[in-house]
Amino acid sequence: MKVLVPVKRVIDYNVKVRVKADGSGVDLANVKMSMNPFDEIAVEEAIRMKEAGKVDEIVVVSIGIEKSQETLRTALAMGADRAILVNAADDVHTDIEPLAVAKLLKAVIAEENPGLVLCGKQAIDNDMNATGQMLSALLGWSQATFASEINVDGDSATVTREVDGGLQTIKVKMPAIVTVDLRLNEPRYASLPNIMKAKKKPLDTKTAADLGVDVAPRLSVVKTTEPAERAAGVKVADVAELVAKLKDEAGVI
Amino acid sequence: MHFGLTQEQEMIVDTVRSFVENEIYPHEQLVERCGEVPNEIAQNIKNKTKELGFYACNFPESVGGAGLTHMDFALVERELGRGSMALNHFFGRPQNILMACQGEQIERYLLPAVRGDRMDALAMTEPDAGSDVRGMNCSAVRDGDDWVLNGSKHFISGAEHADFFIVFVATGVDDTPRGPKKRITTFLVDRGTPGFDVRDGYNSVSHKGYKNCILTFDDCRLPKEQVLGEVDGGFAVMNEWLYATRLTVAAMSVGRARRCFDYALNYAAERKQFGQPIGKFQGVGFQIADMITEIDAADWLTLAAAWRLDQGLPANREIASAKLYATEMLARVTDTTLQIFGGMGLMDDFPIERFWRDARVERIWDGTSEIQRHIISRDLLRPLGA
Repeated sequence: MKVLVPVKRVIDYNVKVRVKADGSGVDLANVKMSMNPFDEIAVEEAIRMKEAGKVDEIVVVSIGIEKSQETLRTALAMGADRAILVNAADDVHTDIEPLAVAKLLKAVIAEENPGLVLCGKQAIDNDMNATGQMLSALLGWSQATFASEINVDGDSATVTREVDGGLQTIKVKMPAIVTVDLRLNEPRYASLPNIMKAKKKPLDTKTAADLGVDVAPRLSVVKTTEPAERAAGVKVADVAELVAKLKDEAGVI
Repeated sequence: MHFGLTQEQEMIVDTVRSFVENEIYPHEQLVERCGEVPNEIAQNIKNKTKELGFYACNFPESVGGAGLTHMDFALVERELGRGSMALNHFFGRPQNILMACQGEQIERYLLPAVRGDRMDALAMTEPDAGSDVRGMNCSAVRDGDDWVLNGSKHFISGAEHADFFIVFVATGVDDTPRGPKKRITTFLVDRGTPGFDVRDGYNSVSHKGYKNCILTFDDCRLPKEQVLGEVDGGFAVMNEWLYATRLTVAAMSVGRARRCFDYALNYAAERKQFGQPIGKFQGVGFQIADMITEIDAADWLTLAAAWRLDQGLPANREIASAKLYATEMLARVTDTTLQIFGGMGLMDDFPIERFWRDARVERIWDGTSEIQRHIISRDLLRPLGA
């Protein structure tokens, strides 16, 4: 089975995010960019499936600017076999919306015919949490979101999902789109031999036009603001006062 | 001229930095407090380093290393420099000098060291021979096909974990215009050889847990097969291979300075006095500016020296400049960071006081700042007859 893993180049999770002076978005000039951590988990899961003999080939795909190549190389250094870059923007500040991404992925899938798509449940930049679901709808494939355990068995997969009430286990028909959650696995470091090999692995570049998808934005960002600073807390004298405040002021008990 | 890293180098830096942050930082406080690395942690770091293919990455592929360039390796050392020396000792980088192994020595010492099956330590310094290496007293005399060693070494790093030692001893004297100079021969000495003993050394304020040991040789008999390189050729072996450790000290100093600087920068932005972040006071802001300028300068000096080695260009002077400047820069950066933190900087709740203590030895070991200045000035003045 072939697995397709879409990976996104996003602002590194360690970077302190700053809003651009004109409020049009987050400042991405000269900041460290890395692979979306949820996508890293998806890549790791694909590699584990390959190591377990359930997968023959792992294809990673990134949709973004030329520099997204770096993210693909990181995935190749982790252990993916092949990469596809869909060059869909020139400026790092241009956001390609989930629907456009899903359409591009659909086009890539038509060429690649994977048996499974593993994606991060969301990207940590704008937290849309939509691409996987949209892709499933466009393809008419089954979907399992927020996976914390995945077991592929022939033409179906059993997926444990992290939902608000606890864990839900579902069985989906293959081919499927599975979006992965934080607790699925702990991604590995790229090993030195794999880092050195990554350069020799194939990386194909396509454009959005090649795939016949219009990536023009449908949404407009009205304003971006930093969240309000957290107000200082208060000290309470004793448990009785704490309980009273939780009851009367916070209304949580 | 190109100042960027390749994608491979970026990934090497990312991997080593994540490794240090996740596998080294969490144990630092423990090692600092108990003065040694618990064996389980040591083995864990060693095993993970092997799995990642970074063990002995400073060795060529022909002997099982990763074949990194000097530049790649300087980047590895720079990132390791962020973490505790005691812990990252197990991110094994055996002494390059082992490449001088010949014949059976290759199977017995070089290859097991590269595989991480046996650890090595280098022994040169003596109580009466620090910078004056050729004034050493530890000596070996021939007895038939054997050599008999007598004397002692101190300040031997990594000795408590070493399975064998690369030991420099005097095997004769040359009369030179500058007085008598010892001839030096390098020996490979296994732990447990009769007449050879390893014991704990002194308690250093720098790099706690990265112990220094005392080695004693009391009629220690070694067959001639234990000679590394040529008899009386030890000084040449030293000069051929030991430049690498000086560059390592420079690179590690840059890494540690960057980690320390991050604390200074964040503290200057967050700590408020007189109603504003202290970084807004020019006195502190300018310290931040000076620190980053010096760190960048030391970084480039170090990488440029590594680059020269990769190009096969003479680099002795450049390495000396990098070692001199990077270690002195680290002293200033750690001291200034401590000043920005004020009293809290001295408390062991923050790692600043540790960085400050650890920085002190960097100007001393692997050639003092004075020796580096000597190398640099002789390189420039000797050709002019001065």
